[in-house]
Amino acid sequence: MAAWHNVVIIGGGGAGLRAAIAIAEANPKLNVAIVSKVYPMRSHTVSAEGGAAAVAGRDDADDSFDEHAYDTVSGSDWLCDQDAVEAFVVEARRELLQLEHWGCPWSRRPDGRIAVRAFGGMKKKRTWFAADKTGFHLLHTLFQTALSYSDIVRYDEWFVTKLLVHDGRVRGVVAVELATGATETIVADAVIVCTGGCGRVFPFTTNANIKTGDGMALAYQAGAPLKDMEFVQYHPTGLPFTGILITEAARAEGGWLLNKDGYRYLQDYDLGSPTDQPTMRSMELGPRDRLSQAFVHEMEKGRTIEHEAGHVVHLDLRHLGKELIDSRLPFVRELCASYQNIDPVSELVPVRPVVHYMMGGIHTDINGATPLTGLYAAGEVACVSINGANRLGSNSLPELLVFGARAGKAAAEFVSDVPGAATGPVLAQGRDEERRLHRELAGRHGSGGERLADIRTEMQDAMEAGAGIYRDEASLIKAIDKVAELKERFARAAIDDTSRTFNTELIAMLELSGMLDVAECIVASALRREESRGAHQRTDFPGRNDEKYLAHSLIRRTPAGESRVDYLPVTITRWPPGERVYGR
Amino acid sequence: MSETDDKHAVPDMPDTTGTITMEVARFRPDRESEPSWDSYDVPLRKEWAVLDGLNHIKDQLDGTLSYRWSCRMGICGSCGMTVNGEPKLTCSTFLTDYAPGPVRVEPLANFPVIRDLVVDIEDFMAKLPTVKPWLVSGDEEPAEDSEYRQTPAEMDDYRRYSMCINCMLCYSACPVYALDPDFIGPAAIALAQRYNLDSRDEGNEDRRDVLASAEGVWACTFVGECSVACPKDVDPAGAIQRYKLTAATQAVKDLLLPRGAR
Repeated sequence: MAAWHNVVIIGGGGAGLRAAIAIAEANPKLNVAIVSKVYPMRSHTVSAEGGAAAVAGRDDADDSFDEHAYDTVSGSDWLCDQDAVEAFVVEARRELLQLEHWGCPWSRRPDGRIAVRAFGGMKKKRTWFAADKTGFHLLHTLFQTALSYSDIVRYDEWFVTKLLVHDGRVRGVVAVELATGATETIVADAVIVCTGGCGRVFPFTTNANIKTGDGMALAYQAGAPLKDMEFVQYHPTGLPFTGILITEAARAEGGWLLNKDGYRYLQDYDLGSPTDQPTMRSMELGPRDRLSQAFVHEMEKGRTIEHEAGHVVHLDLRHLGKELIDSRLPFVRELCASYQNIDPVSELVPVRPVVHYMMGGIHTDINGATPLTGLYAAGEVACVSINGANRLGSNSLPELLVFGARAGKAAAEFVSDVPGAATGPVLAQGRDEERRLHRELAGRHGSGGERLADIRTEMQDAMEAGAGIYRDEASLIKAIDKVAELKERFARAAIDDTSRTFNTELIAMLELSGMLDVAECIVASALRREESRGAHQRTDFPGRNDEKYLAHSLIRRTPAGESRVDYLPVTITRWPPGERVYGR
Repeated sequence: MSETDDKHAVPDMPDTTGTITMEVARFRPDRESEPSWDSYDVPLRKEWAVLDGLNHIKDQLDGTLSYRWSCRMGICGSCGMTVNGEPKLTCSTFLTDYAPGPVRVEPLANFPVIRDLVVDIEDFMAKLPTVKPWLVSGDEEPAEDSEYRQTPAEMDDYRRYSMCINCMLCYSACPVYALDPDFIGPAAIALAQRYNLDSRDEGNEDRRDVLASAEGVWACTFVGECSVACPKDVDPAGAIQRYKLTAATQAVKDLLLPRGAR
């Protein structure tokens, strides 16, 4: 007999935990389960550093929801849906307060109110923070709060391999328990995908090892469309060897970006003029897409620094002083010491752009619902979209809270309203999938095929070369061809490990299978968009083309297994497309 | 010693200085009666953590090696293992610190092994909710549209204990947990104290039965190894000692004072 739950949530990070709590609060009678390939507190939300944006308080007459919305819309290069953004900015504040009521240790002002800091692309100080471990505290607060809802069932360290779809409706999942290798069909009235991003499709990323786009691949394989997949965010400041993130908060607190001549080069890229104190929406507080693009130009001019791990620029925090660094940026100091052997109090920090975040993801409406009945998504894996062509720093944490909660409520309503369908055909599908997994485990051994790591590395290099900060038709076609070749080679890849017990090589194989699909979606969507907007920069189409592309791309798999791209107009409520202006 | 003082390796060391031998504990309890050792030579690069050595083995030499890892930046708590006899996060422990080698990597002590370097932490996961590590709100909950006031000084009372990443290094280092598996353990007690000492929390009474029990703080003999092993400077030993004082004071009050005045 298969397991059954009203709602199955895939992923136990910020979005998944928030959704689970929302369901438990909306209808305590519902049976909700979180299926996660890691223990929830290991989820990648834990790595977010700088903060979470929301208009801070009633007594901050200085800021308004409209201003947060405008910053988000202009930051997105007008590709977001403005109805979603308007809802988001209001609920972001409510969610961050809710987190506070649950115990999140937000940094405070001397009088005990929430403190806020500046952030890139934001005109007002509205980024709430818990020193520079905001994601860590947010995740642990959610996880610990979720423990108080003892009815939430958890499948810790279970990997979902397939969404079960019957009669046009998602009816459950098949998952492998890592510890035992057992496969199980888990029937559900609704499924919420909260698996996060796919940075590991690229070679150099801030993303954790687990960020392999599993949920995007699951949805795509089940027939749900992925939206705006061509928009990949490069964060301007990663450590050169590891790609470990140095938070934007380092610049918000007053850090400078310097080229090899010690020159604050951003002034050459229409981002304003240098000032001693940080200026909002200017210079180092410009948006991430523009800063990462400026790095590429600086490198082409020969003004970056050659480092063992490639070209870098310098992040200068020395003038901030030890006291401020230790109170506001302690994790930055810790990471620089551990992984770069430098102390930012007295030394320059080498940094370079690094793949950080997917603006695109599973196409959802404002309630987290996908076009596939019974399937919901929230967090980085989803694309509502409030981020459009470029996400602003500190909007992703409130996003996963707002839309995690919305998806949870919507799924709770859905399962309360619809009758459960016949499970017979669903269980039959589940058995087929379980048999496939057993064949994969047995059949891939010792076939003399290629190593997974080699295929993965070639995929990552092809994505960086073909779909990096700047792309063109030729580079994208090359990447498409390479991904197709790798898919063929993957079919013959071998694994060493035939054990059922904690077989991480089997999981890596299943992850790579999904990553190849996600990679294909990124390059295919990027090839079709013949304009430059936000993080998608085509050297062969350097201008923004609102006439043709003020629209989301939707890529879906046809029954024949090919991918097809369509467009969906963006929703504009109050802010007609305009010029993105920073620093002037 | 603060974390930021903890510099490793030698900055002027060349990028590659040959190889280092990693001796890795292997164990499949479903097939083998006891662990064995496999030896691998991996490149000795100055920027490589022990985890990078394991990843090299997994990707290039032997795909059957099993271990957990994720963030590779010391915050997710997945990659705790025993390195040359000490519990460490392998993502922030560097190969050059063990040159010329060998580096011995074993699973965390005091836990059942699932396979190779992967241990079973279900015992901790079951104990954690018993200390109610969530905010128990009292009568003075703020309005929906405002926050609890909490000054930076009030936050300092519990901030340190809120930094626990649940990496299990403290349990691995704890000689009490080694002998008494019912001991709630350092991290769970530190997390209980994280809420007990939070000015917003009213849950002290709710946590008292478990914390003040024989398997709670009184099981601890104050060896202090947990605080030595902690990679995040949480100081669980300090949390435990502090609660012992609270519990003892409360016990005296219970004896001496009428119920209403406790």
